[in-house]
Amino acid sequence: MESVGNIIMYFVIALAIIVFSVLTVTTRKILRAATYLLFTLFATAALYFQLDYAFLGAVQIAVYAGGIVVLFVFSILLTHNPGEDSAPLESHRKWLGIIAAVAGVAVCGFALFSYAQFCGQAIPEMTAPGIEDIGKFLLSTDKWGYLLPFEALSVLLLACIIGGVVIARRR
Amino acid sequence: MNLTLLMYLIPSLIMFGCGVYGFLTRKNMIAIMISLELMLNSIDINFVLFNRYLFPEQMEGMFFTLFAIAIAAAETALALAIIINVFRIAKDVDINKINKLKF
Repeated sequence: MESVGNIIMYFVIALAIIVFSVLTVTTRKILRAATYLLFTLFATAALYFQLDYAFLGAVQIAVYAGGIVVLFVFSILLTHNPGEDSAPLESHRKWLGIIAAVAGVAVCGFALFSYAQFCGQAIPEMTAPGIEDIGKFLLSTDKWGYLLPFEALSVLLLACIIGGVVIARRR
Repeated sequence: MNLTLLMYLIPSLIMFGCGVYGFLTRKNMIAIMISLELMLNSIDINFVLFNRYLFPEQMEGMFFTLFAIAIAAAETALALAIIINVFRIAKDVDINKINKLKF
C-alpha cells in the first residue's frame, strides 16, 4: 500500500512523461521540441527520485538536462532560423511512422498485459543505495565491481572529446 | 492502491513509441537525434525499473543506466559535431538533401 502523496506524484510524473514526449515529436518548431525533451528528461529524473535512486536522478539532471539539451540548443541555434516552422510532413511518411509506432507499442503492450500477474507486483522494500555503496562498487575489481567499464568509459569520453574537436574545428 | 511495475512501464513504452514515430517521420537531423534521445531515455527507465522491482538489493540496473547516460552524452556530442560540420559544408540539415558523401 502506497501513501497518497506517492500515488499523486506517480500520476503527475506519468502524465508529464506521456504529454511531453508526444509534444516533442509532434511540434513543428525545432527549438520547442528541444524544450519539451528537456521537460521529459526532468520528469524521468523525478521518476528516478521517486524510485529512491537519488544519485541517478542527480546524474540525469546534470548530464541530460544540463549537458545534452544545452548542446541541442546550441546546434539548433547554429543551424536554424529560430521560430521557423519545419515543412509539413508528407502524408505517406507520417502514416508509415504512425503505423510503425502504434504497432510496436501494441505488441509490447500486449506482451506486458499478458504478463499482468508478473507486472502487477507491488514495489518491494529497499534501502536507498548510498553514495558510499555506489563509489565502492564503481571502483572495485571484485565480482560485482565496475572498474573495467568505468575505465573503458573514460577512454571513450577522451576519444569523444578528441573526435569532437577534430570534426567540428574550422579549416 | 499499489504502484505496480506495469504502471511505470506504460509511460516508458509510450515514450519509446514517440521516439520511433519521430525517428521515422522527421527529416531534420537534429530532430532525429532528439527522437533518439527519447528512445534511449525510455530504455534507461526500464533498466532502473526492473532493477528496483526484481533485485532491489543489487545495483546492476542502476549502473547500466549510469553507463548508458554517459555513452549517450558522448554519442550526442559527436553526432552534433558531425551535423554542424555537415551544415557548414552543405548549408542544410535535411536528410533528403544531403545525398553526397563527398562535396
